[in-house]
This record gives sequence, structure tokens and C-alpha cells, in this order.
Amino acid sequence: MNRKLLDLWVGFFVAFGIAALLFLALKVGNLSSANFSETYALQAKFDNIGGLKVRAPVKSAGVAVGRVGEIRFDPQTYEAVVTINVDARYHFPKDTFASILTSGLLGEQYVGLDVGGDEKLLQAGDVIAKTQSAVVLEKLISQFLFSKASDGPDKK
Amino acid sequence: MTRVTEWVSGLGHVVNEKIARLGFAARFFVMLLVYSGQSFRRFPLTIREIYFSGVLSLLIILVSGLFVGLVLGLQGYETLQRYGSADALGVLVALSLTRELGPVVAALLFASRAGSSVTAEIGLMKATEQLTAMDMMAVNPMARVVAPRFWGGVISMPLLAAMFSAMGVFGGYLIGVVFIGVDDGAFWSQMQSSVDFRQDIINGVIKSFVFGVAVSLIAVFEGYDSTPTAEGVSRAITRTVVTSALAILALDFVLTSFMFRGL
Amino acid sequence: MSDSGSLVKISGLNFSYDERPVLRGIDMDIPRGKVIAIMGGSGCGKTTLLRLIGGQLKPTHGEVQVAGHAVDRMGHDELYALRRRMGMLFQFGALFTDMSVFDNVAYPLREHTSLSEELIRDITLMKLSAVGLRGAEALMPGALSGGMARRVALARAIALDPLLIMYDEPFTGLDPISLGVIGQLIRRLNDALGATSIMVTHDIHESLAIVDYIYFMSGGRVVAQGTPDEIRASKDPFVHQFVYAEADGPVPFHYPAPPFGKELLGKGAV
Ligand SMILES: Nc1ncnc2c1ncn2[C@@H]1O[C@H](COP(=O)(O)OP(=O)(O)OP(=O)(O)O)[C@@H](O)[C@H]1O
Ligand SMILES: [Mg+2]
Repeated sequence: MNRKLLDLWVGFFVAFGIAALLFLALKVGNLSSANFSETYALQAKFDNIGGLKVRAPVKSAGVAVGRVGEIRFDPQTYEAVVTINVDARYHFPKDTFASILTSGLLGEQYVGLDVGGDEKLLQAGDVIAKTQSAVVLEKLISQFLFSKASDGPDKK
Repeated sequence: MTRVTEWVSGLGHVVNEKIARLGFAARFFVMLLVYSGQSFRRFPLTIREIYFSGVLSLLIILVSGLFVGLVLGLQGYETLQRYGSADALGVLVALSLTRELGPVVAALLFASRAGSSVTAEIGLMKATEQLTAMDMMAVNPMARVVAPRFWGGVISMPLLAAMFSAMGVFGGYLIGVVFIGVDDGAFWSQMQSSVDFRQDIINGVIKSFVFGVAVSLIAVFEGYDSTPTAEGVSRAITRTVVTSALAILALDFVLTSFMFRGL
Repeated sequence: MSDSGSLVKISGLNFSYDERPVLRGIDMDIPRGKVIAIMGGSGCGKTTLLRLIGGQLKPTHGEVQVAGHAVDRMGHDELYALRRRMGMLFQFGALFTDMSVFDNVAYPLREHTSLSEELIRDITLMKLSAVGLRGAEALMPGALSGGMARRVALARAIALDPLLIMYDEPFTGLDPISLGVIGQLIRRLNDALGATSIMVTHDIHESLAIVDYIYFMSGGRVVAQGTPDEIRASKDPFVHQFVYAEADGPVPFHYPAPPFGKELLGKGAV
């Protein structure tokens, strides 16, 4: 086979392969959108994080503003310490409220930030004071059943 | 009684032989790496092998990738829509492909398409004394024949796996969005928010690279070590395909348990 | 280059494949500039002997010296440096099947010289012309007849103008005309290059015409030797059997085996 033609084919092949890799990285993966270049870390303590995972999104008003960086168990307070990396473009007031929410009924869990009214802003390394834990479906159901059972006879 | 001792000593013999072969394979791998430097100085040889292992495998890889994507799209939709989360179809298709199916299926196809022909070629070159002739001409067959074929395979494999995955995602898109009517925006945005570049894409590429090394090494070794007869070469080809498949699946298990632990 | 005496010196050479001895105590002394023929029955170890000289196999006992150095004690680089000065025609040609005839012959030149492509082309065509196959340069080895393939292999073996040329049965598969031409070519090449040639062959009459010295081998030993004139005049039974192609004689036609009658009666008779 002609050497030039062979080089040409191999060139096409490699270019095509790299294009496929780029497609996977940019269009399929999150390299383009959700990798915030500059971030600062905040911490939030929860009694229960449910099924929250590392790299889960952090959203405010439904817009992704960061990602969960680290999840740790604090043996002193028996709480979960969640480190979130927030895009450096966004700043939030001191009294921002962090809660663990679920997208849809069975969707993945994420951290929602509800903005407060404080003048002072959270700085890197600060701890978010006000948090709300994840809603654990099993607990909810058992609570519901208990309350039904306890006030069941009166209703009938 | 004698039959039992015969059987035991026969077994011992077989085990001995296998271990000796493994030792030879390890020595072979080291030699291969040592002579790779020489072979890179003649890079056109490797380019030629990329053509034979990579370019000529393109068709089967692209077509299979498309079909795997179509099937994933159909089956995934069937299941997801029962739970009302058909929007997550993109996630399902993309994660299955980039993490598992892309590297594994592409490597299996690569082993039977390119690995077998590498074994056949080297085996026949050995059987017809071409390797000996080269050695007598003071040209090292390890550097001129074995190493280019090995590196050709190692370079081709990750590219082929990426194309397989990309084609599969396209197949899933075709079925899900174009034919069934899943929302276009949801398909891509959910996929992007759940497929992580480092965790999923890069790990997939690492997998396909490891498979590329394993399959190429098995293929060149089986060819080099084949008995120089027609029967010996055909047995070596069979061994290449079987051993490669086992190695791919076993390595996949090991790599997966390292990469995706705790996710 | 050290002395003008012998180029290849083989002393007390023994060789076994696994447990089976093939060569048992060979002594040969091959002077520079000569053409030597090695003859012997099929399977008596001639190809093996050439491989030992080329350093592909290591002797079990004894030694092979080429240009004053023991081949089996050479390192990889030293051996390759030696082989660059050796040409070998393989018994079955061993052409590279993925290259054209031209590229096959040009291969050693491209590997070991930094000549321009034009010069390589000239040399290659010259070598091909010497074996009468200049017109076949573009063919692939698969498209050659057996005799043509061996002639291409011969052209490749002499591409680098080696000092020591080993031919493993250069005459098999050649018609009488090419046989004569190739025989003369081997002789002329040797004299023109000042090379030394070792030729394994079964063709006694052609060899008697061109070689300087002949060794007869049987059962892994040298059983007779001499110049062509001595051989023609020899009364040695081995030599006689070879020269007159007799089936019965000291050279066994059969591979060693138990008596046929005993095997035919076999186990049933026991
Ligand atoms: N790779 C091998 N392994 C084991 N035995 C071998 C091997 N190669 C050759 N032999 C044996 O060694 C002996 C000599 O073989 P060799 O090829 O040197 O013979 P030869 O003289 O060249 O014969 P011919 O004239 O038929 O080519 C034979 O009996 C053969 O069976
Ligand atoms: Mg022979």
C-alpha cells in the first residue's frame, strides 16, 4: 500500500478518535459546563445527609452554583460535615439556609441554598449555620403510619 | 494406584509448563519494552500497524457501537419510563457506555478482529522462517516486527473505545430523542450533570488503555510463541481470542472495583 | 581479518536438540576466499550446522569460531555486527511475504546502510539482474514460483556483499539452465567479493564443478572430505555412494528406527 495513503488514513483515524474523546469530554461529560474553575469552600453540618454523594450539585434558585467536595462524619458532634465548593463568581449572605433536596421523587440528591437577608457575606471556610437534613423517605412513611395508627380508632 | 500417581505427575507437569510459559511471557514483555525504543525510531512501522489494527477495525467498531447504543436506548427507555424518569435516558446510555460497555465491548471486538490477525501474522512469519531470516540479517525481530504491532494496538485501542462510546451515545440519542421523543434538552443536560469527566470519561479511557496493552501483549506473545506449523498457528489464534476475552473481563472487574468503589 | 588462514574454524562441535544428539564431534577448517560444499543425507544436520555458524544455536560442546571469535560467547551487539557481514540463503527462502521482491532485496541495504534511495535502487536491480529476475521486481513473493523465490532469496543474501555467505541448498527447485547459471554466480561472486562461501547441497555434479573443497556428513559426523579431484578419485564407500547415487551403502536412507519386520509384526505378535 502506498505510504502516503496509509499516513492519510492513520491521520484520519487518530483525528477521528480524538474527536470522539472530545465529544465524550465536552458533550457527554461535564468538562465544559459544570467544572467551576475558581471556587471557594464552605461547610455545612447536617444531622442526616440521606443519599447525598460527593460531586452532587449545589443549587441556588435551581441554578447549579457549585459541587459537593467532601463528606465527613464528625465524631464529636455526631453530625455529617459537608464541604461544598461554590463558584467564586457567586457570594451568599451569612444567614443562607442549606438543605438537602431531591430532584423529583426518586432523583438524585443535591444541596439547595436559600438566600437570607444578611448584609455580611459568607467567606471561604465559613460554616453555614442554618441547615435542614435530608428527608428520608422511610422515616416519613413510618411517621405517617404511626400517626395514622394512633389516631386511627377515633376517626372511625 | 499407578494411575493415580501418573495422573498427579501429569498434572504437575502441566502446571510446571504453564508456569514456565508465564515466566517466558514476563521475560518477553520486558524484552519488548527494551526494544521498543529502537522501534520508535522507525515510527512508520508503527503507523503501518495502526492502520492494520485501528483503521481496519473502524467499521466493525462503529457499527457495533451504534447498535449497542440503539439497544441501550430502547431497553433503557422501556425501564425508565415505568418510573417516570425517561429524561434520565441520556444518563443511563452515557454511563453504561463510558464506564463499561465502551471499553469492554470495543476490546473484545478488537481482540477478535485485530488481535487474531496479529497472532496469525507473527505466527506465520515464524513458521516460514522470516523471523529467523531477519535475525540473521542482524535486524531484531523484536524491534521490527513485535514492538510495532504491540504499540500499534496500544495506540489504537483507546481511540477505538472512544469512538465506540461516542457512536453508542449517538445511537441512544437517535432512539430516545429522534424516534421516541424524549426531550432533547433533558437528554443532554441530565447526561452532562451526571457524567463526570474524571470519574467516568478518564476512567473509561484508562480501562481501554489497559485492555489495549493486555490484548496486544497476548496477541504478539501467542504469535511469537506459536508452534511453527499450520496447526500450531491456528491454535495460537484461538488462544489469543480466548485468553484476551478472559483477561479483559477479569481486568475489568479489578479496575472497576478500584475506580468506582464508594460511588 | 586477523590471519589470512581460516575464516571459520569448527572444533569438536557437538549439538543436541533436547536430548537427541544431531552433531557429534565435527571439525572443519574453512579458509578465506574458498567455496566449500557440505553434503550429506537428508536430516544429517547440515542446516543445523549452518545455524550454529550463524550463532542462532549454541553448541552443546565444542566451539565455532568466525574470524577468530567464538560465536557462542558473543554478546548481542557483537553477534549482530558479525551477522551484518554474513549472508544466508535459507532452505525455504524465507522471503518477507508482506513486501515486494524489490523491497525484499533492498531490505538489508535500507536497514544497514545510509545510502540514498537511488543508489539502493541501483544496487537492488543489479542483484536482481544477477539472478535473472530484474523483471520481477514488482511481484509479491506469493506470486513467485519456488525456484524464483529461492533466486530472490539468494539476491537478498548477497545484497550487502557479505564476507561469509552460507547457502542452504541453493540448487533445489532450479531447472538445469538456472542451476548452471546460479552455480557460476556463486563462484564468481565469491571471487569478486573476496568472500568465503559455505554451500549445503545435494547436487554433487554441480558442486564438483565449482567448489574448492567438499565435506561429506553422515550421522552427525564428517565422514569424508577432499578437493573435487580427490573426491572423484576416491574409493571411499560414502563418497562412492553419493557420486553414483546408490540407495544401498553406508549412508542410511532411513531415519533411525527399529527393524521394519519387527514393527510390522508389532505388538500383536508379542
Ligand atoms: N527445531 C528442531 N527441534 C528438534 N529437532 C530438530 C529441529 N530441527 C531439526 N531437528 C532434527 O535435527 C536433525 C537435523 O536437521 P537438519 O535440519 O539440520 O537436517 P538437514 O541436514 O538440513 O536435512 P535436509 O537435507 O533434509 O535439509 C533432524 O533429524 C531433525 O529431525
Ligand atoms: Mg536442511
